[in-house]
Amino acid sequence: MSPDTSLPENGWIGRPLPRAATRRLIEGRGRYTDDHAAKGELHAAFLRSPFPHAAFRIVDRDAARALPGIRAVLVAEDLAGLCRSWRCESRAFPGLVSPEQGPLARDRAVYQGEPVVLVLADSRAVAEDGLELIGIDWEELPAVTDAAAALEASSPPAHQGLASNLGWRTEFGDGDVEAAFAVAALVVETQLTFTRHTGVPLEARAVLASYDPSAEALEVRLSHQIPHQMQVHLAELLGLPMGRVRVIAGDVGGGFGIKMHVYPDEVAICAASRLVGRPVRYVCDRIEAMMADIHAREHVMRARMAVDAEGRILAFDLDDIQGLGAYSVYPRSSTVEAMSVLRAVGAPYRFDAYRARLRCALQNKVPTGQYRSVGHPIGCATTERLVELAARARGEDPLEFRRRNLVPEAIMPWTNPAGGRMASLSHAACLAEFERLVDLPVLRAEIAAMRAQGRCVGLGLAAVVEYTASGPAAYGLAHVPVAAMDTVVVTLEPTGDLVVRASVAEIGQGIQQGIVQVVADAVGIATSRVTIHTGDTGNAPHGGGAWASRGAAIGGEAAWGAGRKLRAEILAAAAALLQSAPERLNLRDGQVIDATGMPRMALADLAATVFFRGHELPAGLQPQFTATQQYRREEDVFLTTNGFQASLVEVDTDTGLVTALRHWVVGDCGRLINPLLVDEQVRGGVVQGIGEALLEACRYDAGNGQFLTGTLADYLLPMADNAPDITVGHVETPYAGSVLGAKGAGEAGTCGAPAAVLNAVNDALASLGAHVSEMPITPAVILRALGTLEAAP
Amino acid sequence: MELTDEPMAEMACTVNGVPVRTRVPLRQSLVDWLRHGIGLTGSHVGCEHGVCGACHVQVGGRVVRGCLMLAVQVDGEVVETIEGATASGRIRALQEAFFARAALQCGFCTPGMLLQAAELLAANPDPSRTEIREALSGNYCRCTGYHAIVDAVEAAAARLRA
Amino acid sequence: MKPARFGYARPDTLDGALAILAEQGVEAAILAGGQSLMPMLNLRMARPGLLLDINRIPGLDAIALSGGVLTIGARARHAEVLASPLVREAAPMLVQALAHVAHPAIRNRGTLGGSLALADPAAEMPACITALGATLVVASARGERRIAAETFFLGVYATTLEPDELVLRVEIPAISPGWSHGFHEVARRHGDYAMAGLALALHREGSRVVEARIAFCGVEAATRRQAEVEAVLVAQGAEAACAALAGLDAMAGAEVTAAHRIHLARVLLRRALGQA
Repeated sequence: MSPDTSLPENGWIGRPLPRAATRRLIEGRGRYTDDHAAKGELHAAFLRSPFPHAAFRIVDRDAARALPGIRAVLVAEDLAGLCRSWRCESRAFPGLVSPEQGPLARDRAVYQGEPVVLVLADSRAVAEDGLELIGIDWEELPAVTDAAAALEASSPPAHQGLASNLGWRTEFGDGDVEAAFAVAALVVETQLTFTRHTGVPLEARAVLASYDPSAEALEVRLSHQIPHQMQVHLAELLGLPMGRVRVIAGDVGGGFGIKMHVYPDEVAICAASRLVGRPVRYVCDRIEAMMADIHAREHVMRARMAVDAEGRILAFDLDDIQGLGAYSVYPRSSTVEAMSVLRAVGAPYRFDAYRARLRCALQNKVPTGQYRSVGHPIGCATTERLVELAARARGEDPLEFRRRNLVPEAIMPWTNPAGGRMASLSHAACLAEFERLVDLPVLRAEIAAMRAQGRCVGLGLAAVVEYTASGPAAYGLAHVPVAAMDTVVVTLEPTGDLVVRASVAEIGQGIQQGIVQVVADAVGIATSRVTIHTGDTGNAPHGGGAWASRGAAIGGEAAWGAGRKLRAEILAAAAALLQSAPERLNLRDGQVIDATGMPRMALADLAATVFFRGHELPAGLQPQFTATQQYRREEDVFLTTNGFQASLVEVDTDTGLVTALRHWVVGDCGRLINPLLVDEQVRGGVVQGIGEALLEACRYDAGNGQFLTGTLADYLLPMADNAPDITVGHVETPYAGSVLGAKGAGEAGTCGAPAAVLNAVNDALASLGAHVSEMPITPAVILRALGTLEAAP
Repeated sequence: MELTDEPMAEMACTVNGVPVRTRVPLRQSLVDWLRHGIGLTGSHVGCEHGVCGACHVQVGGRVVRGCLMLAVQVDGEVVETIEGATASGRIRALQEAFFARAALQCGFCTPGMLLQAAELLAANPDPSRTEIREALSGNYCRCTGYHAIVDAVEAAAARLRA
Repeated sequence: MKPARFGYARPDTLDGALAILAEQGVEAAILAGGQSLMPMLNLRMARPGLLLDINRIPGLDAIALSGGVLTIGARARHAEVLASPLVREAAPMLVQALAHVAHPAIRNRGTLGGSLALADPAAEMPACITALGATLVVASARGERRIAAETFFLGVYATTLEPDELVLRVEIPAISPGWSHGFHEVARRHGDYAMAGLALALHREGSRVVEARIAFCGVEAATRRQAEVEAVLVAQGAEAACAALAGLDAMAGAEVTAAHRIHLARVLLRRALGQA
């Protein structure tokens, strides 16, 4: 008999199984939010501010109200009695400046797309007709667009009444940075510009809110990553007890962090449903989504790295400006991204000193927030660019420079001077697997051959450390009500099947499949006999949902614990009925077996006995065939994972076009619950990173601050012909602090891809004496770097 | 249910083999009508400006963007959605390949992607990976990064050729 | 993004359509493929009083080759033109260009006439028919008119079409011996509108270019024959022709500047001449 905490051999955990739920989706039987109908529903449309900064006065709603089919024309004052305003506050960011927000703007709009008026009508088309009839006087105010300029004393205010546009600032670090740079044999520096961009899940945000006045209860279908979080906030904002707020996230068409926040328009829809006592449907159209979804990753990073004569990194010195947006995203704060950037710098490496200075600028742009890998891509690109510069200055192989500086296993656990705790990282093993997978000598020979043909190709590397699966202290210390725990309930049905209700959220990443595999092993039953429900706060217990790649690491532990509890109850009941002892029995494939492996009782028979023939049970035996485990991780605020990426690109030096030819990833995210699904998470993440590096940008008019890239014709997303084949390899070092040993896997692809691509482009351009230091690396950026086009003014 | 004042038009077509005779709002798109008029929610709306491919359906045997046609325009036409393509069995090899290869995650792009892939294979039973990527370059997927999708189309093509 | 209201007519005959156009003029928008019109309707950037659906009118999509003239009906779908052996034989430039146009589902509906009438400066078809020396045949209630492609395009979304006119067909002189066709484009992603594109037809005697027909897309607002560049190419050769591109009236833009477009035009011309 194996000990209780060891995983079964040849079990379900670790198998590369397709995601069972996709059978529905391939047949077009998905049930996304807009696929549901509600009797008597009204359709909503928002009048959104056409200006980045403007005062407004609503002068006429009667014309709109008079249009046949229009049922209500609502402004901030109409919702004020039903819905509180909110302000982002976090003890992690003392002094954070984030003005109060409500579901609809009042008197002033501070970003283009901010919702101002809400129209309810019999159809979306008629609601949009109504928008056009609203009389509203606008007084344009100066728009604050550029983040660095926003911080100058001469900048107009992004919010009237605020003394400056400084949303937050901090300076932190450890070690004597000045001394390190003073004695350094080599100092390299860079300034990198990262352009704001956004997540663009294909299913735009959608909400169907149904308030029942007779029950004073709200039911909300919502495309969201964390239904329980929304339950908390909707209850609080609308003054309803949580028990009368039900949030249902069914099939969600992608999240990527975009759908983990509290959005004013979604809150407004819920308040409106309460006001009119009818269901209200709102689907963000793509134009609205581009301008009103949270954006991310607008940073100007100045960074220096000190290196000693032996090529060891001594210190990092950083100055980061974040373009935060008009408000800090609620409830977590947009500054979380900036801290994540800074903590990611240097993370793979050993160094002695670190200083980071951060200023977060308020701007007349939509708020920024968490977007896949939250800040890490910027920290990683900064680090890996400095590493490349150092290796080049020293005339040595960039891989050797990295190898020398990777945090050695011998010193871990180790908290680096940035405050990042490095524990159980497998840099050496990953590097070995990476070298095997990429076969650098062969690849370098191929590159040499391509260059001999006159092709401008480059190879870029990136070492990756990703902080995953945030523990309770991450938001707990900040007093921000985010659940970093998960709860799983496993129930045995009378037929011997299992039903699982879990607090994790399925957004396509496959966590439902992972949990099913965990429970199947924990109990001893085939996955085909396990059904899982997630996403509905009406039946899923409270927990964290989907963010920070936490489903397997946290939800998985809860699932294992609940499954083992149920297994113990099953074996105790079986033992009593078989006149044996639980330790002499086991469960395998839905059969109770004895020590010789002989099946003694089918789980279905046991269940039927307990549920329907309880009189056959011995006195005092009360089997508990519903088991619950609530799990929070007690150690390690984050689970760090590690890996390496390589990008091979080709630069057309005439046109400036960059093609990503190939990409490789090797990572260690602890135990792989389902390697097939993890691989595809990595690939998807890499291509998002390639989009960040080469294509995606939210652009604004330098004069009036108008948002210029508001359609998918202007905002360029990677399509099938812009994405390379991606080779993925793994090292599996189970995390010692949990039973399953799983860490977060879903975001590391995005963390390292922009860094690898940036380094690859610069490797390609090096022979021409050129380099680039901004993303996205557009053709114009390349041609300016080559001197073909004049520098931008 | 007819909405007050909204200009409507008579329309008769065949959807997934079933004759339909109805009135549709003049300005309603084909995909909106399929989704909300007759409850075929398998086709999705992603952009309403013809870029993302989530809305793909077949009209007259050709894949089209359902957001770029009006419902009234399919009068007299034969329409097939993902539901009909599934029921007919004609995309089963692709669906099985997508499932097995995990060529979908959230699934929102998948119906449009499957119909486009099917049209490719009907014209070109042995496409290269480059040809597959090119043919699908009008279908946006944010989840997969496309690699698994290309693998799945390759696998389905091989199975169909066998 | 739902359209504003519009009326809708779907005549079965050409005369019926022309009568509506005569009456409605600018209030009517012609719905052929709809691949450009529908997004504009959805965005409420276009608000015609009437949609005139011409998809039922017979005889507007025929492709024929006769007497050295390739005739393509205005409502021929891009997919049909791309697949047509007659087009491949008589005007291979169109086949080369259509591979860059959008994506399969768009090509299944989008039409040649629609692309020409829209006159997006970044679109491939206007540049092609200009370089091909084609003639557009347009009709109104007042009768038919023949318009040389070279004079048709006036600027961004501007042509010499009158508000009551409809493009019927495009007549293209078939490629003759000694001539070669080329189409080259620079785009960020496959199927995107061109950052710059080049349509050219060259007549060579031996290795010498004796006649050239050159048109760009994505560079100037009005698609036109580049007569000056053509003359320089014939008289002085490829390098001089590329240098002469400095005279292009390139469009300004924040993302792609005029200088950038001229540079791309040079790259395309140099590559096309090196290749053919």
